[in-house]
Amino acid sequence: MIKVAKVVKVGIADMNFVTTPDMLKTSGLGSCVAVILFTRHRQVAGMAHVMLPSSSLNHSPSLNQAKYADTAIQALLAGFKKHHIAGYMLKAKIAGGAQMFPFASQKDDGLARIGPRNVKAVRQQLEAHRIPLVAEDIGGTAGRTVVFDPATNILQVKTADRGVAEI
Amino acid sequence: MMNEFSELDLDVLKEIGNIGAGHAATSLSLLLDRKIEMHVPAVKVVDFDEMMNLAGGPEERVVAVYLRIHGDAPGNMFFVLSPMQAGMFVKQMTGVVSCQFTDPPYDDMAVSAMQELGNILTGSYLTSLADFTNMNLQPSVPALAIDMVGAVLSYGLLELSQYSDQAIVVETLLVDETGSTQDIRGHFFLLPDPDSYQKIFTSLGVNAHD
Repeated sequence: MIKVAKVVKVGIADMNFVTTPDMLKTSGLGSCVAVILFTRHRQVAGMAHVMLPSSSLNHSPSLNQAKYADTAIQALLAGFKKHHIAGYMLKAKIAGGAQMFPFASQKDDGLARIGPRNVKAVRQQLEAHRIPLVAEDIGGTAGRTVVFDPATNILQVKTADRGVAEI
Repeated sequence: MMNEFSELDLDVLKEIGNIGAGHAATSLSLLLDRKIEMHVPAVKVVDFDEMMNLAGGPEERVVAVYLRIHGDAPGNMFFVLSPMQAGMFVKQMTGVVSCQFTDPPYDDMAVSAMQELGNILTGSYLTSLADFTNMNLQPSVPALAIDMVGAVLSYGLLELSQYSDQAIVVETLLVDETGSTQDIRGHFFLLPDPDSYQKIFTSLGVNAHD
């Protein structure tokens, strides 16, 4: 049977999994970071749209795991476990972490430079879980839309000004 | 926290949008020397993805002026236009035909004129809001971004997102009275920090938990 490929959307502070031939997409990343975990052999991929670096910032009675770098990566790992895929089989690609408003919010709260902080937190979490980060498209001052295809493990990164790149 | 608001609270926020954007519309009319009208503001409790859809969808390219509100009721504010509309505004303001925001690179003058326009509009919105609530509200220097809706607006949700997965959006649309295809449509988004709602309601004599 031939399966028709779907593009599964990942919203802000959201996560999802797909198997081939489906793809994962998240749109309009600014300071947020898309974390994609995948494995060469099983053709399964998970994506989280991370908004903030640490769940210690959570003041809500309920915790949205996909929102924070630490809990998002834990939740992705847990999702792979359900597919019987262990952490050591995984690789990661990340994109995002831009600084959209370089002059804004400088003397303000700790949320200035949130993009680079998100990237740093995601990298630290990947390292802590011993997941190799094989490609990244991060920083800068432009927004990104990303599409991941687990059939090829290619991450397509589209920016408003630079067009489409593949990493 | 977003479920704790009554109809009355939402009406108060609507009135704030009305007054703020009303003044901004007047400023814009004067600036462009044409009549600009305002739609009745909408106050919606939306999740983050829905908010991006209000502004055209997360991937849509927009021209956005962002400012941080300091003072008694901190928060974030955006004025969002399509690149086409922003180009029209700036052409009318400056008389320079080459001003455009549809294809980078952008003319320095177009960028600085747009920044100034954003400054005037958000400033008049905020001044009237401060007068109405009798609060001390000071705008930061506005910053301009020409990029995807999601990339730009998500910046204004960072404070809020630590408390909730939803935002109260006070949304006001400015339109040209001719209503032609050439009409001007600009969105204001007011996003008070979580702690600011109570302060706004109190300043207006409304108890949020009645």
